[in-house]
Order: sequence, then structure tokens, then C-alpha cells
Amino acid sequence: MKSIAAKFRLYWPLVKGLQTGLLLATGLAGYMSARCPVFNLGMILGLSGSLFMSISGSTVLNMWWDRDIDAKMRRTQKRPTSSGNATPKEVLRLGLILSVLGVGWAVALDALYGLVVFAGLFFDVVIYSMWLKRRTCWGIVWGGISGAMPILAGRVLGLGSIDWIGVTLALGVLFWIPTHTLTFSMKFFDDYQAAGVPTFPSTYGFAFTRTTIAVSSVLAALAMGAAAFGIGMAWGFLRLLGVLSAGLLMLAFAITFRPSDRINFSLFKYASIYMLAAMILVVIEVL
Amino acid sequence: MKLSGQDRMLLLITVLLAAYQVSVGIDGLSTLPIIAYTIAFGVLLVAGLLLFILGLDVLDSPIVVVISTIIPLSLSIGLVWEYLASYRTPYLLFSIIGFATIILTRSFPVPGKLPVVVLAVVHGIAGMTIFLLPIIFALTGQARMGFTLVGIGGGLIGLGGLLLSFLKTGKPILSRETIFNIFPGLLLVMTTAYVAGFALR
Repeated sequence: MKSIAAKFRLYWPLVKGLQTGLLLATGLAGYMSARCPVFNLGMILGLSGSLFMSISGSTVLNMWWDRDIDAKMRRTQKRPTSSGNATPKEVLRLGLILSVLGVGWAVALDALYGLVVFAGLFFDVVIYSMWLKRRTCWGIVWGGISGAMPILAGRVLGLGSIDWIGVTLALGVLFWIPTHTLTFSMKFFDDYQAAGVPTFPSTYGFAFTRTTIAVSSVLAALAMGAAAFGIGMAWGFLRLLGVLSAGLLMLAFAITFRPSDRINFSLFKYASIYMLAAMILVVIEVL
Repeated sequence: MKLSGQDRMLLLITVLLAAYQVSVGIDGLSTLPIIAYTIAFGVLLVAGLLLFILGLDVLDSPIVVVISTIIPLSLSIGLVWEYLASYRTPYLLFSIIGFATIILTRSFPVPGKLPVVVLAVVHGIAGMTIFLLPIIFALTGQARMGFTLVGIGGGLIGLGGLLLSFLKTGKPILSRETIFNIFPGLLLVMTTAYVAGFALR
């Protein structure tokens, strides 16, 4: 029992609980947005379980692949993969088991849902991490697409098909991700430089990166608003989403015209709260 | 100044109350009051989130003066629009011109005490409107007694504004530390009074 607990403590950081939790929340919101019978406990459990395993599986596989660059970055050098606490072999095994179980469970639930979940995993691990991350700063677009897959997958599971609302919800997440990752790449600029990973700030400079964040935030707010309208969200909740979006836009404006580390940090944090709140609104709307 | 766990909890409840008011509490009103109250509680909500993220030091920013004017101005516009039909247009004009003047006098160097005078006049009129209107309407039987809570909320926001304004002018009524200590609680009590007052009117 003790060894299981010890393994759990060792492996848990590999899963990135907070990030996985947020993506899982988008998946649940996508499912509920379809206004299908949301109290189908078996389906909710299946969605949560399959998404959790697939997302954590891809995260673990990314850490396994990136262990050499993680060891060069101060922010990540304490991860079990780069500190040597977990062997590459066992991390790879864990990532593969989680991924296969997650995608397999997803396919068993619904073939199209399984395909979207697999696409998310494939884009993240193969296209983003293995192929593009070390070659071009534009790789984050593919990372973003994979991050947008859980919400689309949830919608597909609830609806049985891909519709414009699902795609718009996915676009909302896709455009939200740069607000998060680009802010991160500015904050940890030296780390990425040390690891030799191309980022927007190192390729195009800080001013262009800030402008990209601002444009991306505007697009994320527009996409979330359009999707919420398409879902048929009540006016009160639309107002609230509008207020939250206005806060995001205000910070995006501030980061462009009055840049500072503080504004960077607040946009980074606010963007997470914004996305979580938007997902909660979608869920409450249906309940 | 770092936020304590208790401060975070108070701010979180404030944010949730403001979110409730924006999404549910003002349903069924006419267009302009809905816009005005959405702006007021929306600013409160976003400000609460930013305080939660950045801590109370954000209150030192010069933009706080402008942002904190939006809340009483838009609240008072909503109240005047609902209860004082004959003053709608003049009050709306006063608010727009007043707010524009505050922005102008804060954005460009203006000699003398003009920026402070403009701020005091606009804040004062908006604050007194929020404080007195609900109380008078409740006492004269034109609204239920619960509406007085909105007036109490108006009084509290006035108190908070005064404390911050005097702090910024270098003549603090209370020490910076004391003001920052009571601010999350004050914000919560104020928001609760507004939300309850609107629900009980």
C-alpha cells in the first residue's frame, strides 16, 4: 500500500493536475452544451475517465519526450522526469498505458468522440512536442489545437456530430491558449533560451508577442460569446460572460500599451479564471 | 501587501455576489438600468478579481481613481432612470460630462486643484444620489424598506472612496495598513447591501 502511495506521489506531478483539470472542465462543459440528458451518470463517468486518462497520458508522454530540455530549465528541472526520480522507461510506460486506456475508452463510448480525443493526443504529442516544438515557435498553434479538442470532444459525445457551435467553442479555447502560453514564454524567457526552445518572444520580440496576446484575447472573447449565443445561453449569463470578456480585453489592451511584468502576470491568471468561469456558465446554463 | 486567506475568501464572495447581480439580480428591468447596473457590478466583479490576483497593492495604481468613479456613477444613473424620470436626461449628461472631465484632468497635467475639485463634485453627487435616493423612497413608502440597504451600500462605498482618496493625497484618515486590512470586508459588506437592497426593494 505504501509503495502505491509513493508511486502516486511520484507520478502525480507528471499529470499536471491543474491543467488537466481545466481541460477536463472544458470537456464536461462541451458535453453539457449539447443539452443532451446531462444526468446520464455512466456517460459523465465515461467522458471524465476517458478524457482524464487521454489528457494525462499525453502530458506524461510530453514530459518523457522533453525530459532533456526540462532539465535545462529552472522552472521544470524538478520534474520527476528531469530530476531522475522517475526513470524514462517507467514514465513512457505510464504515458502509453494512460493514453491507450483513455483513447480506447473514448472509442468504446462513441467512435467519432474517440477520433476527436485521439486527434487531440496525436496533435499534442506527435505534431507539437516531437515534431514542431524545437523547430518553430508556431508549434504552439498545434499545441493550442490539441488543447481545444476536449471541449469539441465533449460536444461531439453529447451531440453525436460536429457542428459550428462545437468548432466555435474549440476556437474559443484555441485563441485563449496563447494568452496563457505566450505570457508564460515571456515570464520564463531565459529558461526557454537556455533550453534552445524557439518562442514568440525570442523569434519576434516582446512587442509582437504582446500584440499577439491582445489579438488572441479579443478573438477568444468573440468566439466564446458567439458559441454562448449559439447554445442559447440566457441573457443574464450572456451579460456576465460579456463582463468577464471585457476584463480580459482590458488586460489585453493594457499589456499592449502599458506593458509590465505585473500586467503579464495578471493577464495570465485572469485568462485561466476567465476560461473556468466561461465553462461554469455553460454548465449552469444547462442545469 | 499580500492577501491573507480570509481576505481572499471575502473577495471571492464579493465577486460571486457581483456575478449573481449581473446575471440574475437585474433581470426584468428596462434597457438603460440594465446597462448601468451591469457596468457597475461588472466593474466591481473585475476589480474584485484583480484584487484577488494581484493583491491590495493594486489600489496604489492611479487608474483606481477613474475605475472607482464608474461604480457610483453607473449605479446612480440606473437609480435615477428608474425612480426620477424627469431627471433622466440631465443626470445622464452630467454623468457623461463628469466622467469625461475626470479622465481628461487625470490624463493631462492640469494646474491647481481642478482635478480634485472635479473628482469631489462628480463623486459627491453620485454618492449622495445612491445614499439618499433609496432611503427617501423607502421612508416615503414609494419602495419597500429593504431598499434602504442600497443607500447603506452607497454610504459604505463613499466611506471607502474617502479613505482611499485621502490616502492618495498624503493625508490619510487611517493608516494605509488599516485601510488595506478593512478593505476586503468593506467591499463585501457594501456588495451584500447592494444585492440585498435590490432584491428586497
